[in-house]
Amino acid sequence: MSALLEVTDLVVAFGDVRAVRGVSFSLSEGETLAIVGESGSGKSLSSLAVLGLLPAQARVESGEIRWAGEDVSAMSERELRALRGEQLSMIFQDPLSALNPSLTVGYQIAEMFRRRRGLRRDEARRRAVEAMTEVGIPDAARRVGAYPHEFSGGMRQRVMIAMALALEPRLLIADEPTTALDVTVQAQILRLLRHRQREGLAMVIISHDLGVVARTARSVVVMYAGQAVESGTVADVYIAPAHPYTLGLLDASPSARDSNREIRPIDGYPPDITALPTGCAFHPRCPFARERCRTEEPDLREFAPGRSSACHYAEEVLARGAAVDHAGA
Amino acid sequence: MKSKAAKAATGVLALFVLVAVFGPMLAPYDSVATGVSDRLLPPGSTLSDGSFALLGTDQLGRDVFAQVIAGSRISLLVAVTVVVVGGLIGLVLGLLAGYYGGWLDTVISRVGDMQLAFPSILLAILLAGALGPSLTNVIIALAVTRWVIFARVVRGSALSTRNREFVDSARVMGAGSVRIMARYIYPSCVQPLLVAATVQVGLTMVAEAALSFLGLGVPIDQASWGSTIAAGRDYLASAWWIAAVPGIALTLVVICVGVLGDSARDGSDNTKVAVVR
Amino acid sequence: MEQQSTTPVLELVDLVAGYRSRHGLLGRRNEVRAVAGVSLSVSAGETVCLVGESGCGKSTVARAVVSLLRPFSGEVRFDGRNVTGLKGRELKNLRRQVQLVFQDPYASLNPKMTVRELISEAWRIHPGIVEPDGWDAEVARLLERVGLNPGHAERYPHQFSGGQRQRISIARALAVRPRLIVCDEAVSALDVSIQAQVLTLLRELQRDLGVAYLFITHDLGVVRHFADRVAVMHLGSIVESGDTEQIYEHAEHPYTRALLSAAPSVEDWRDDAENGEIVLTGDVPSPLNPPPGCRFHTRCWKAQDRCRTEEPELLERGTGHPVACHFPATDPVAAM
Repeated sequence: MSALLEVTDLVVAFGDVRAVRGVSFSLSEGETLAIVGESGSGKSLSSLAVLGLLPAQARVESGEIRWAGEDVSAMSERELRALRGEQLSMIFQDPLSALNPSLTVGYQIAEMFRRRRGLRRDEARRRAVEAMTEVGIPDAARRVGAYPHEFSGGMRQRVMIAMALALEPRLLIADEPTTALDVTVQAQILRLLRHRQREGLAMVIISHDLGVVARTARSVVVMYAGQAVESGTVADVYIAPAHPYTLGLLDASPSARDSNREIRPIDGYPPDITALPTGCAFHPRCPFARERCRTEEPDLREFAPGRSSACHYAEEVLARGAAVDHAGA
Repeated sequence: MKSKAAKAATGVLALFVLVAVFGPMLAPYDSVATGVSDRLLPPGSTLSDGSFALLGTDQLGRDVFAQVIAGSRISLLVAVTVVVVGGLIGLVLGLLAGYYGGWLDTVISRVGDMQLAFPSILLAILLAGALGPSLTNVIIALAVTRWVIFARVVRGSALSTRNREFVDSARVMGAGSVRIMARYIYPSCVQPLLVAATVQVGLTMVAEAALSFLGLGVPIDQASWGSTIAAGRDYLASAWWIAAVPGIALTLVVICVGVLGDSARDGSDNTKVAVVR
Repeated sequence: MEQQSTTPVLELVDLVAGYRSRHGLLGRRNEVRAVAGVSLSVSAGETVCLVGESGCGKSTVARAVVSLLRPFSGEVRFDGRNVTGLKGRELKNLRRQVQLVFQDPYASLNPKMTVRELISEAWRIHPGIVEPDGWDAEVARLLERVGLNPGHAERYPHQFSGGQRQRISIARALAVRPRLIVCDEAVSALDVSIQAQVLTLLRELQRDLGVAYLFITHDLGVVRHFADRVAVMHLGSIVESGDTEQIYEHAEHPYTRALLSAAPSVEDWRDDAENGEIVLTGDVPSPLNPPPGCRFHTRCWKAQDRCRTEEPELLERGTGHPVACHFPATDPVAAM
C-alpha cells in the first residue's frame, strides 16, 4: 500500500547544528500517527519541514519527503501552495497568534473559500458558518462576525480546526493542539479530532503528553535529541517499550487513573543539541548503558514486525519493561 | 566589542576630555588680554608678539584656539554635571513613581508633563534670567529642564519590572520596599538610563551654547563654546573662523556622544540575546 | 516527622479575595471575587493539592496565603493566628514561615543575581538565620540538597535549564527554613522527565524537613501521585475535598467526575475511546459574571431547577467527604 506521507532520513539543521538528525516515518490514508517527545527533541521541526514552513534560519539538509508518492522537494512553489491547505493543513498550540487579530473570524474562514474555491462573498460566508457549526461552535451564524479575541481559548482552537478542515484536506498536522487548553476543553477538542479521524482524515499529532497520544493515535514515534528512538503501535509501545527513554518517559508520566504505580524520574537533563554526547545520545541518562553505548551510535532497527528501536539492547529493555506493568495492561 | 564608529567616537571624546583638562595649561587664555593690532587675523597668522595663531584671532585680538580650549572645559563640565544631577533626580523620582504608583505617580508624572509641554529652552532662559548668569545657575537651570526625560525613562522600566515574578518572589522572601527598589528594580533601569544620558549630554551642550549665545550663560570673563559662537556672529562675513571653530567642536562632540548612545542601546540588545541563549 | 499538635499550620476560613476593576474612567468600582469563600486547612508535614482549571481562583488563593494580596474578607490563619493584614515586622516574621515557588522559573529568579546572591538574600533580609561567614557553606549545602552542583553558586539563572532553575527556586524557598511552601503550578512548565525529578525532590524534602505543601495545579495526574488530600476548585469555590484516594475513586461532584474523565493518561489507549467519557459542553463561565445558584449548573448534565437558584454548600452528605452539590453522584453517571 502506498503511503500518503512518507518521510525518509530527514535532517533539519540550523547552520551547523542538526536539530533533526535522520527521522523517518510514514502514514497511510486515514491513519493517525503521534510524534512524541520533550522540548527540544525536534518533533515540531520535523512536521514543519513537511509543510515547508521551517523558520528562516533552518533548512532541510537532507532526506526525502514524499506526498502520495511524489517528491515534495521537486514541487514548484505553486504546487506546494496547492498542497498546503488543500491536501494537508496544520493547527498550532497557540491559535491566537495564528489568527489575524484585526479581521473577523468569519472573514478569515470565508477568505479561504473565496481564494481557493472562487466562491462569491455571500456563498463563502455561508460556508464559513457551516464550517464553524461543524466544529461545534454554538450560535455560529452570529459569531461569524466576531473577532478572535472575543473567543475563548477552546473556541479559538475550534476556529483553527474549522479553517484547517474547510477545504477538506487529506491530512491534518496538529502541533500540541491542546497544550494551552484546560483539561475539560482539551477533552472537547480531542473528541472533535477523533470524530474527524473516524470520517477518514489522516492526522499527525505532535505532543509531549503521552496521555494525549494514547487518546488520539494508533501508532507513535518517540523522539529524543533530534532522532526517532522508538516506533510502533501505541498499544505495543506503551505495554512494552523497547527503548530506555520510552520506558523512562512512561515511568515518569503521572496518571490520574492508576494509584499503585510510583512515578520515577529519568536522571539528568536532555542534552544540548550543539554538544551531543558521543555514541547514543541517551547514554548519560540511561540505566542500561554500557561501554558500547558510549562509542557506537545505535541505528533505528526493526526488531519485530512493525516495531523499531534505536537501542543496542532493545530486547533487554523489552524484557525488563514487560516485567513491570506500565500502562495498566 | 563595539563598531568602528563607536571606537572612533570614544577616541574623539577622550581627546576632547584630555584637552579640556590639560589644554589650558598649554595654551592659556586670558579674557582681558586684548591686542588691538592683532584683531580678526585669519588662521595661521603670526601675532605682533611673535606667537603663532593656529586658528586666528577674534575681534579683540584674543587667540581663538586658546579660547576654544578654555571653552571646552566649561561646555563639557556643564553638560556632564547637568546630566548627572538631572539623571539622579530623574532616577529617584522615576523609581518612586514607577514602584509606588498611585497618587505619588500621578503627582510626579503630571508635573513632568506640564514641564514637557513648555519648551525646555524657554524654561531654561526664564530660570537663567531670573537667577542671573553664573556657572552654577546655568547648571541648575538646565538640570531642571532635564530631569523629566530621565524620570520618564526610569518610571517606564520600573513599572514593567515592578510586576515581574522575581519581584513578587523577593516580596514573599520578606524584602522591604527600599531593598526591592535598590536590588531588583534599579538594575533594570540602568541601561535605558545610560542610553538616555548619552543623548542628553549632546542636547545639554547645545542648550548651554544657546544660553551663552543669548548672554544668559556663563559670565563673560569665562569662555564657553556658546559665548564664542555668539561673539563671532557679527563677524561671520569677515572673520568666519571665530564662530566656525567652536561650532565644529560642538558638532563633533554631539555627534560622537550620539554614536556612543546608539552603540550602548545596541549593546543592551546584545546582552539580552546573550541572556536568552 | 510526627505531627505534634492538632492545630493546622495553615487554615483558610471563608476566604474571599480577588481584584478590583473599574468600568471606564469614572465608572463604579467593581469587586471581582476570584475566590468566593474558600475554607481549607493544611497540617504540618502534609501535602494538600488545590486543583482546578484556569480562572478558578487557585492562584489567587496562593497569593492570599503568602500575603501578596489582601483578601476582601475571611481569614488566613497561621498556627491558629489570623495573619491577614499583618504589616512591618510581624509580616516579615511570617515570611520566614511561608514561602512560594512560582510556575515559571524563568521569570521568578532575578536575572541579575547569582545563585549565591539569590539564596543568601534570605539571610540578608532575615539576619540571624545564618551568620554571614557561614553563607558560602550553607549555599553549597542547599544546592547539594536540591541536587545541583555546589560549585555553580557563582552562575546566573540563565546558565541553567528550566528544571535546574526550579531547583534553585526551591533552594531559595528553603533558605528561610519555612514550615509551609506554596507551590503554584511549580512543575507545570517542566518536561515530564524533569517534572518527575522535581516532584521526587519535593517529596524527599518533606520527608527530611517536615515541610508542608499547598500544591496548586491543574494536572490531575500529578495530584494523584503527590497529594495526601485534595480540594477541587471551580469558579472561586471548593466543590469537593477529601483524601486523595477518596476523590479519585469515589468522586461525588459532577465537576470532579468530568475533570477526572477528561484527564488524559497513559492508560487511555486501552479504553474504547469514548466509553463512559464525560465531555462537558460549553465554556467555563467568566468569574466576572458567575452564574447564580450552583456555579457549575450551566455545564452540568444533572442540573435541576434547584441548582439554578440555590448555591450548594460544601457539606458531608453521606458521601464520606464534603461535596458542594445538591445531587451528589450516588447513581452512576448517565453518559452523555
